[in-house]
Amino acid sequence: MSYTPETLQLLAPDGTRVDSEATEVYLPYVDALTEQQLREFYRTMTVIRRFDAEAGNLQRQGQLALWIPSIGQEAAQVGSGFAAKPHDHIFPAYREHAVGYIRGLDVVKIITMLRGHTHGGWNPAETGNFHLYTLVIGSQALHATGYAMGVQLDGLVGTGDPSTDTAVMVYFGDGATSEGDVNEAFVFAQSYQTPQVFFLQNNHWAISAPVRLQSRTPLFHRPRGFGIPSVQIDGNDVLMSYAATAASLDAARGGEGPQFIEALTYRIGAHTTSDDPTKYRDDDELHYWQERDPISRFETYLRGLGEGEAFFTEVHDEAEQFAAEARARTLALEPPPAESMFAHVYSQAHPVMDAQREQLADYEASFEGGA
Amino acid sequence: MAVETLTMAKALTLGLAAAMQADEKVILMGEDIGPLGGVFRVTEGLQSQFGATRVLDTPLAESGIVGTAIGLAMRGYRPVCEIQFDGFIFPGFDQITTQLAKLTARHEGALQLPVVIRVPYGGHIGAVEHHQESPEAYFAHTPGLRLVSPATPHDAYWMVQQAIASTDPVLFFEPKSRYWPKGEVDFDAPGIDLHASRVVRAGTDVTVVGHGAMVSMLLDAAELAAQEGTSIEVVDLRSLSPIDYGPLLDSVRRTGRLVVAQEAPGSVSIGSEIAATIAERAFYSLEAPVLRVSGYDTPFPPAKLEGIYLPDVDRILHAVDRALAY
Repeated sequence: MSYTPETLQLLAPDGTRVDSEATEVYLPYVDALTEQQLREFYRTMTVIRRFDAEAGNLQRQGQLALWIPSIGQEAAQVGSGFAAKPHDHIFPAYREHAVGYIRGLDVVKIITMLRGHTHGGWNPAETGNFHLYTLVIGSQALHATGYAMGVQLDGLVGTGDPSTDTAVMVYFGDGATSEGDVNEAFVFAQSYQTPQVFFLQNNHWAISAPVRLQSRTPLFHRPRGFGIPSVQIDGNDVLMSYAATAASLDAARGGEGPQFIEALTYRIGAHTTSDDPTKYRDDDELHYWQERDPISRFETYLRGLGEGEAFFTEVHDEAEQFAAEARARTLALEPPPAESMFAHVYSQAHPVMDAQREQLADYEASFEGGA
Repeated sequence: MAVETLTMAKALTLGLAAAMQADEKVILMGEDIGPLGGVFRVTEGLQSQFGATRVLDTPLAESGIVGTAIGLAMRGYRPVCEIQFDGFIFPGFDQITTQLAKLTARHEGALQLPVVIRVPYGGHIGAVEHHQESPEAYFAHTPGLRLVSPATPHDAYWMVQQAIASTDPVLFFEPKSRYWPKGEVDFDAPGIDLHASRVVRAGTDVTVVGHGAMVSMLLDAAELAAQEGTSIEVVDLRSLSPIDYGPLLDSVRRTGRLVVAQEAPGSVSIGSEIAATIAERAFYSLEAPVLRVSGYDTPFPPAKLEGIYLPDVDRILHAVDRALAY
C-alpha cells in the first residue's frame, strides 16, 4: 500500500530473508545478532502483544478509563528499542509499550496512568532513560531535540568512545508529522546537528484521519527537505527495524547529526478503546496488513532457522503468566491520596499549595462526626 | 562597585552575566541574542564574553525555543529563553502551559525544570501591533509557573539571578518602557526574596498596588497627591505568581482603601484576583470597594491611542478620589 521502491526490508512477510543492494550496509548489524537476541525479539513482541490485549480487556471490564493498543506495531518498536544503548535516551509518544518494556519499565505503570492514578507513572532515571509518555501530539519531539542539544553541549558526541557517546531517539506517529512542534524539532535538530534519531511509526491512521490527509508525499521525503538524512523501512520487519535504528543511532552518536526513520506499520487495533475504526476504514486494508503481521513473520523465520516448538510454547506460557500478573496487580492498585494533587506542582514550598492543601483537609475534616 | 547608577537593561545584562559566571549550566537562548545582543540589547556582549555555546542564537520559532529549553533542563542545564516581544510568546504558549508548567507534577517530583523565560512586555514605546502587550494573566492562571516582574534596575539585577536559581520555571516579565531610565543598583546588597512584595512609599489614606512599569506611575501619582494633601501608600507586587499578600493586607488594614493598577485589560486579570482576595481577607477593614485601573478590554490600540488606553497618573488619581469618596 504505502511501500515505495525505497522501502528497506530484510524479512519478507512470508518469513524469508530478502537480499538487496540497498540493505547490504545493514547486514553487519543483523549478522552480529546472536540466537539469544533473536529469541528475545520474539519473546518481547509476544509478551507485549499479550499484555496489550489484557490491558484492552481490563478497559472493557471497567478497570481502566482508556487503553492505547499497540497491536501490529511490535516489530517497529522491538527492533528499534533493542537497537538503543543503555545510556541513550528515549522520548516516546504514548503507544510505545514494547520500547518501555525493553528499557526496564514495569509496563503496569502505563496502566496506572491510564487508570487515572497519575499523569506520569515512572521516573525516567530509573527506567532506562525511557521518558514519560506525552499525550499532546508531537510535543516530545522538541524535548528530545533539546535533550540532544544538551548531550552535545556535554561533549558526548563523536568522541569515538562507545561507552559515553550518546544519542536521543524520539518516537512519533504519522499524525504528528503535521504538528508544528515536530517540524520545529527538525529545524532545531538540523541547525544544531543534534545526536538524534527521529523514529516515525507510520501506522497509517491518526484516529480517523488517513495518512494521505497528512501528506501527499511519502513522509520520509519530508526530513530531506530539512537537510536530515532519512530512510523508509518495512516497520513490520523486526530485523530491518533493528538494523536501520542501530545504524542511525551510530551515525547520530558519531557526530553525523540527526537521522530519520519512517517505519511503515499498521494500527491493527483502534486508536484507543474510545475509538471505532469500523466507521472509517474497510476490512480489506486491515486484512492486507494482518497478512504482514510482524510476529508471525518472525516466528516463521525463527522456525526456518531451526527453533523448536518448545521455545514457542515457553514464550506463550510466559506471555499468559505476564498478562495474568498484570491483571492481578491492576486490580490491586489503590487510587492516590487527595493531597497528592498539591505535592509536586512546584519543586519548592509554595504558599498557594500550602493554603489549598490545608483548605481541603479542613473541608474533609468538617464531615467527621457530622450528618 | 558597591552602588552604580544604571539602566534596567544594563542591570539585566550584568545580572545574567553574574548568573552565568556562578553556574556554568546557565545558558541563554533566543532570537537575535548573540552578536546583536537582542532587540533591546539586554544580552549585549554576552556571546563574546561566554561563547556561542552558552549564548545560543536560535531559529525563529518560539515553541521550538521553549520546547528545546525543556529538553536542555531535563539534561541538567538552566536555560534562560528570551522571547523577543510580549505578543510573540503565543506560538510558545502550548509548550509553556501544557509542558513546562506541568512536567514537574507529571514526574511526581522526580524532575525539576529550572527554565526562565524572559518577556519584554507592556506599552509606552509607541510600537506596532503585538509589541506592547501585557499577557501576564494567561500565565498567572497556569499552575506550575512562577511569574515575577521587576520595577527597578536594582530589583532587575537581583531578581533575574534569583529566577535563574529557582528550581521551577519562572516567567520573567521585563517592563520594556523601564529598560532605559536609570536607577541605583547595589551590588553588595544581600539580594531579595524573589516573591516578596514590598511597600515602596509609605502613606495613610489609600493603598495603590501595581507591578513593573506601573510602579513608577504610581509613585508619580503619590507625589502629586501628596501636594494636594492625600497620603498614598504604594506597594510594588514584584511577584505575580504567587502573589505575596502580606504587605498588601497590612497596608489595606491601615488605609482601608485599595486601588489596583495595571496595563493589561482589567477583566479576569491580576487586578481582578487581587480585588477578590483583598475583599475576602480584609473585608472588615475596607472603607470602599477595591477599584481597578487598567487597560480597556480591547486589543492594545494603535500607538497613537496608547496614551488613552494605558492608565496614567490622572486615571490613577481619579480612582483614588473615587475610593476616598465612599
